Amino acid sequence: MSIFIDDSTRLVVQGITGRDGSFHTSQMLEYGTRVVAGVTPGKGGQHFTALNGDRVPIFNTVEEAVAEEGANTSAIYVPPAFAAGAIMESADAGIHFIVAITEGIPVLDMTRAAQFVKDRGARLLGPNCPGAISPGTAKVGIIPGQITTPGPVGVVSRSGTLTYEAVAQLTAAGIGQTTCVGIGGDPVIGTDFIDTLRAFGEDPDTEAVVMIGEIGGTDEQEAAAWAREHLQIPVVGFIAGQTAPPGRRMGHAGAIISGSSGTAEEKIRAFEENGIAVARRPVDIRDLVRECLGA
Amino acid sequence: MDIHEYQAKELFRAAGIPVPPGRVATSPDEARQIAQELGGKVVVKAQVHSGGRGKAGGVKLASSPDEAATHAGAILGMSIRGLEVKRVLVTVAEDIASEAYVGILVDRTTQRPMFMVSAEGGVDIEEVAATNPDAIRKLRVDPRYGLLPHQAYGLANFLYTDPAQVKQATRIMAQLYEAFIGNSCSLAEINPLIVTPTGEVKAIDAKVSIDESALFRLPEVEALRDLDAEPAAETLAREAGLSFVKLDGNVGCCVNGAGLAMATMDLVKTYGGEPANFLDIGGSSNPDKVVAALEIITADPNVKAILFNIFGGITRCDDVATGIVEASRRIRIDTPIVIRLTGTNEAEALEILAEAGFSAFTGMDEVVQKAVDLAAQA
Repeated sequence: MSIFIDDSTRLVVQGITGRDGSFHTSQMLEYGTRVVAGVTPGKGGQHFTALNGDRVPIFNTVEEAVAEEGANTSAIYVPPAFAAGAIMESADAGIHFIVAITEGIPVLDMTRAAQFVKDRGARLLGPNCPGAISPGTAKVGIIPGQITTPGPVGVVSRSGTLTYEAVAQLTAAGIGQTTCVGIGGDPVIGTDFIDTLRAFGEDPDTEAVVMIGEIGGTDEQEAAAWAREHLQIPVVGFIAGQTAPPGRRMGHAGAIISGSSGTAEEKIRAFEENGIAVARRPVDIRDLVRECLGA
Repeated sequence: MDIHEYQAKELFRAAGIPVPPGRVATSPDEARQIAQELGGKVVVKAQVHSGGRGKAGGVKLASSPDEAATHAGAILGMSIRGLEVKRVLVTVAEDIASEAYVGILVDRTTQRPMFMVSAEGGVDIEEVAATNPDAIRKLRVDPRYGLLPHQAYGLANFLYTDPAQVKQATRIMAQLYEAFIGNSCSLAEINPLIVTPTGEVKAIDAKVSIDESALFRLPEVEALRDLDAEPAAETLAREAGLSFVKLDGNVGCCVNGAGLAMATMDLVKTYGGEPANFLDIGGSSNPDKVVAALEIITADPNVKAILFNIFGGITRCDDVATGIVEASRRIRIDTPIVIRLTGTNEAEALEILAEAGFSAFTGMDEVVQKAVDLAAQA
């Protein structure tokens, strides 16, 4: 089993003819994801040909992709200026899981788009995220498939490459994953830590969760308190940014210590106070997970 | 992106918010002339991207144009929290009957623009929040409807009792919200919002930060960027498409991905070293970015060892390796470089590096330890 994406996923790629959209569409198809449609306004009626020869029909609108191909999930690779609009288009067309990869969407655009998605009962992952992968089943986004393997651990993270680091170490140690989820590094995102932990908690196959956070905001603190109350499976945590200076944005738009709030120390303390095992180095994540699983 | 007080006041003025007249000066003579034109008492205020300007001696009252020139002479060139003052704002000094605080930021938890207002103005709002939270009224604005008239009135009514002042402040709340949205701010703050002895409500200080991600559609706001206010290396990095933050340590870090970059800095510290910077070369595989990154890192005289930590996913390790080799041909690098590459095209990358005489590792911990040791020995 897995969360958010599985073999019922029928994906439409928004921005399929762009540089990133076309590259990752090929990667997703190669991984076995059912990419049923692409959307690029003005290119409706054409086809996208993947590196492996697969052909995907292109539509002008997401609405058409849903009507013609039964798309139920979308991946967004469109430039920042149009990305919030693309998210709302997806939600309006009835897509229930929207994955926004785009980095650099204006925050105020996202406050409106996030509300819009909620109002339509859809789920948004990201933006500025690597997407999700259910090893062996489907991937939506940009997480490299070869570093993952099926197994009992759920992974949720605000970052991309740091997640790859942790997942690759798990995989190398023979510990597989149910689903790896990147929730994104922006201040305003759709699915957050609590949403993802809840989904892992409801998944019968997920036996432990790795939660990788970073400086900025209070999402990790709230998730830690939530997990203590509601989650029956163990959580291993890691927080990046102990050496980050206050008031400076560390790459991710959301990775900033505002005043005295959102520090790594504060988050690590919240983890510890709520029974989450904290890895001090990335390599310790693997060892702590191994202990949790009793392997 | 932070902008200066005088620039923030221009944005406020354009939105209709009452702001005392004033202009920016870069020399004592200019300050004298502006004070002359304004007439009466003026305030000379250092324009730097930092709080605590008053405590640092960067804000002075002058009762004559000559005194304004003298103050400008003292303030220009002074250093406030490491930032050199290159401009002063010369503005009319208002008499103050009361001071309030009004600010808007994006509340991450509710994902909405949030007003914070307090009748305790002119002080650090974080301190008020910690010591006397009841003195602050918060209002989260639903982005579907914007700031509604009764909400603006409610905020003003929390601050003032005099109906004329409430009326003026209601208008200012709406104008500040428009300025916040129209300029894609991440923060817009009036501290203090004053009432003059004659009952006029005015903004006498202004602080604005703009969402970097929105600048592409706000060229006139982008033009407010003050390159003097940031280290030259950060300007170079931005132009090269790199995320870079300068720190004080001696281990230069070059990493792909922000989370991994932070984790790498933390690991440097764990093994007893100090990172010299945060640097994310991003997800692309452009060797030119690697060259630019090395130029920026090697320009820092504190750097005694350079650490590459690349997890190839979308980024291809061979492209980064090519960039490293290319950079070593283009620029003279005397600092030892330690390289960790793993993931996509790792084998090709190790070959490219070996041919050029670089050794590389695949484990994160061993390479960080090695970089810390090399920096300590230097």
